[in-house]
Amino acid sequence: MNRRVVITGLGVCAPNAVGLTDFTNALLDGKSGLRHQPNLEKLGFGCQVAGEPLVKDKLIDNYFTPLERRGLNATGIVYGVIAGMDAWKDAGLEKNTTDEPSWDRGIIFGTGILGVDKFREAIHLIDEGNVRRLGSTSVIQTMASGISAYLGGLLGCGNQVTTNSAACTTGTEGILMAYDRISQGKAEIILTGSCSDSGPYVWGGFDAMRILPRGYNDNPTKASRPMSATAGGFIPGSGAGALVLESLESAEKRGAHIYAEVLGGEINSGGQIGQGSMTAPNSMAVQRCIRNAVTNAGIKSSDIDVINGHLTATSKDGLEIENWSKALGRAHEDFPYINSFKGSVGHCLAAAGSIESVASILQFKEQVVFKNVNCEDIHPEISKLISDSCIPRKTKKHASKVIAKASFGFGDVNACVIFKAFTKE
Amino acid sequence: MLKEEKYQKLKEIIKIYLPEDVAITDIEQESHFMNDLNINSANIVDIVLDVEDAFDIRLENEDMEKMQTVNDAMAIIDDKLAEK
Repeated sequence: MNRRVVITGLGVCAPNAVGLTDFTNALLDGKSGLRHQPNLEKLGFGCQVAGEPLVKDKLIDNYFTPLERRGLNATGIVYGVIAGMDAWKDAGLEKNTTDEPSWDRGIIFGTGILGVDKFREAIHLIDEGNVRRLGSTSVIQTMASGISAYLGGLLGCGNQVTTNSAACTTGTEGILMAYDRISQGKAEIILTGSCSDSGPYVWGGFDAMRILPRGYNDNPTKASRPMSATAGGFIPGSGAGALVLESLESAEKRGAHIYAEVLGGEINSGGQIGQGSMTAPNSMAVQRCIRNAVTNAGIKSSDIDVINGHLTATSKDGLEIENWSKALGRAHEDFPYINSFKGSVGHCLAAAGSIESVASILQFKEQVVFKNVNCEDIHPEISKLISDSCIPRKTKKHASKVIAKASFGFGDVNACVIFKAFTKE
Repeated sequence: MLKEEKYQKLKEIIKIYLPEDVAITDIEQESHFMNDLNINSANIVDIVLDVEDAFDIRLENEDMEKMQTVNDAMAIIDDKLAEK
């Protein structure tokens, strides 16, 4: 069984905007969601810039009951529920109000670590000998699968309800897991996505690794510079993106709006062998992942007209471009358009793949390629490989046919998914 | 503290844990938390913590086991306040 799979709903809670309309406008304009964070300054962080969704209390009330809000201290759950419920609604789907679980609907919603602030709360109480005061939600807010459990309960899903975790590849991996399950006929609709908590306890470890830029604390919107000669490391972010994947059959039966088709892709690992390590990608695996994604999707590499890279704004951006170029056998003027949204949203870690996939898919609807920000000065190594005209610095009118999206993560893990403009045939 | 005042304070605590199909006016002194008010057993734990905070008392595990109805809770609160 190899059924066609389409995308019928999107939702997003990102540092530069919450909700699809604002997010689209932010991407069109290249609006930055990166801000100086006073709490990081107070704690003596080297990098005091981060991207955090601005979620008003009033908005949270639309998604959580007063009881659910009590003691809720897991930002990832807040972002994930907002994005997930929005995507469900955007797909024209409703909560299950029957007495029976929706057997053919599932959730694959990933995260890297969940409920860090809640966990901190618990640690303090436990260390004070006060475990009895933890309350009843400590477990559900800190278990990794808290987010899929939460969404599964809100929507009454009866198919697989799980959380995947593969560092910064998480969101993109989830889309491919959902694709596999639906194309194999094991589910009709899957809400997939990923979320990442905000705050010093998530971002601190990266600051300690000295891989975040320290020179932009007074100039936060310029701090994240993918593909730029002056790129100095990634800016950490947080948030959530969500997509409803659905069998074409089911979408047509419902008369649902179809954003794009998922043609499949590839997930692999470089085994931390050769050039690969816990923190660095093995180019052999990256190229193989991209090549296999093209093959699995049943397209030719020349069919791809837009790429959304992982491109975190570190010194590795050039290597990523080289890997794309070699894998696709395309260079200079022949290279597809390529963009990175990390210039405006930062690197949202486990949420990166899903937020960036939502943005990539909106390009079909808007018939544009969203601009890259902060790379007026394209890195000379990149200019040697591809033409500068492949890197739009202004949002460009373009009706994309096939968009390739890749994410790479710690542990030397890779995922590449292929999206196609929807046509009946 | 007057009995009525205590009862109102307790009702305010319970209110937030009621499922959608139970109203605050459904709370009676004889109400069983789980059977009558449909409160999730996990939330009884939270009610105990809220009672501790509101009345500045400490409830032990045995107290929690005994606390099946609103009346039980009132009696336990009385005992603990008297011990203070």
